[in-house]
Amino acid sequence: MEEFIQSRFNYWIYVILMMIGLWGMISKNNLIKKLIGMSIFQTAIILFYVSVAVKSETANIPILPHHGHDYSPKIAFAHAVSDDHENGGHDDHAGHQAHPVGPKIPDPDGYANPLPHVLMLTAIVVGVATLGLALAITQKIYREYGTLEEDQLLEKVRADDHG
Amino acid sequence: MKKLAGIVVFTVGLILLYGVSSLDDFPSWGTPDSPANKSPLSQYFIKNTIVDTEVPNMVTAVLADYRGYDTMFETVVIFVAGLGIFAVVRVFEHGGASRVVTADTKPDIIITNTCRLLIPLIQLFALYVLAHGHSSPGGGFQGGVIMGASFILVALAWDLDIALKRFSEKQAFICSGIGILIYAGFGLASVFLGEEFLNYGIIHKILPGVDSPEMARYYAMLGVEIGVMFTVTSIMFLIYGLLATRGKMTAGL
Repeated sequence: MEEFIQSRFNYWIYVILMMIGLWGMISKNNLIKKLIGMSIFQTAIILFYVSVAVKSETANIPILPHHGHDYSPKIAFAHAVSDDHENGGHDDHAGHQAHPVGPKIPDPDGYANPLPHVLMLTAIVVGVATLGLALAITQKIYREYGTLEEDQLLEKVRADDHG
Repeated sequence: MKKLAGIVVFTVGLILLYGVSSLDDFPSWGTPDSPANKSPLSQYFIKNTIVDTEVPNMVTAVLADYRGYDTMFETVVIFVAGLGIFAVVRVFEHGGASRVVTADTKPDIIITNTCRLLIPLIQLFALYVLAHGHSSPGGGFQGGVIMGASFILVALAWDLDIALKRFSEKQAFICSGIGILIYAGFGLASVFLGEEFLNYGIIHKILPGVDSPEMARYYAMLGVEIGVMFTVTSIMFLIYGLLATRGKMTAGL
């Protein structure tokens, strides 16, 4: 049971966060509160993606160690060429004679998955841009109608249509 | 209405909770064997970014090189968002009264002097984050936001007018356009040298002192990030200015 909770706990958090956001977007009457709900929803998705990239036992951040030239690119390149038909794994290079410094091809299990990080970098920046635009539109609505409550807005829009 | 919303949210939440906890499609926390981590794409990125691009930071390499199109149009999205905000809220008032300086509206001496000390450091740090995006967390977007924050700090501590004297609205829009042009320029340069759009490797033919396609990618990524930084800096400042003054672009908060 404990194992079960531990391995799934992160997903529960995202679902709960996402539902808080959805609740805010659906049920709140105020446009700013809807935007807050949208941001919470977005955060849940971003957390989900980043957690997919985690490899908790073995992995480091997706930046290669480059001090002391462990991964001198020329040597790495030579390895990549010669090992193209092999699987390029970690252990194949342990006994390599020509470069006694150590393995040169990064071990995929040793680094967190960079792809979700990239995708979420994109999503965060676009999220800021869309939030800014949404706030601008909200400001315009307030300037036109003097309120941000949805029901009052609907009344005023209908009155404008009929008048 | 609220009841209905509650029922909908509750049902969707229950279905999702059931899905993530009782189906085996979702990998457990932090396992290296999850489908996303075992996919050939991400394994390729981890193994080959250093070979292809000489950039130790895989995230930067994937962002600016392998997914160059994505990042370019993301920059365009930011630019378009800036234009959209300008189009929605900007108002022009002829002969607008400038702010009356009274004891209450005068900038506070402690705040302004602290900002005088801090802002150069913030801008220096932004350039550091930009330049070290290749070997540590950072890059054009992060550096751009920090740089934009330094201009926003000027506007907060003194006045938007003072900030606009240093970085006017027109300059900001021109800078944001320049950023995209720098990005697309690197793409077009590789087209003119005979490769695909945004395939930077070929640029080593015209970059002095760069002899390998890998180092050309390295430097082209830096150039591209500089372009991104131009756009992000100016659009962040514009978003603040336009939203904080309700489109009047004067006086400020």
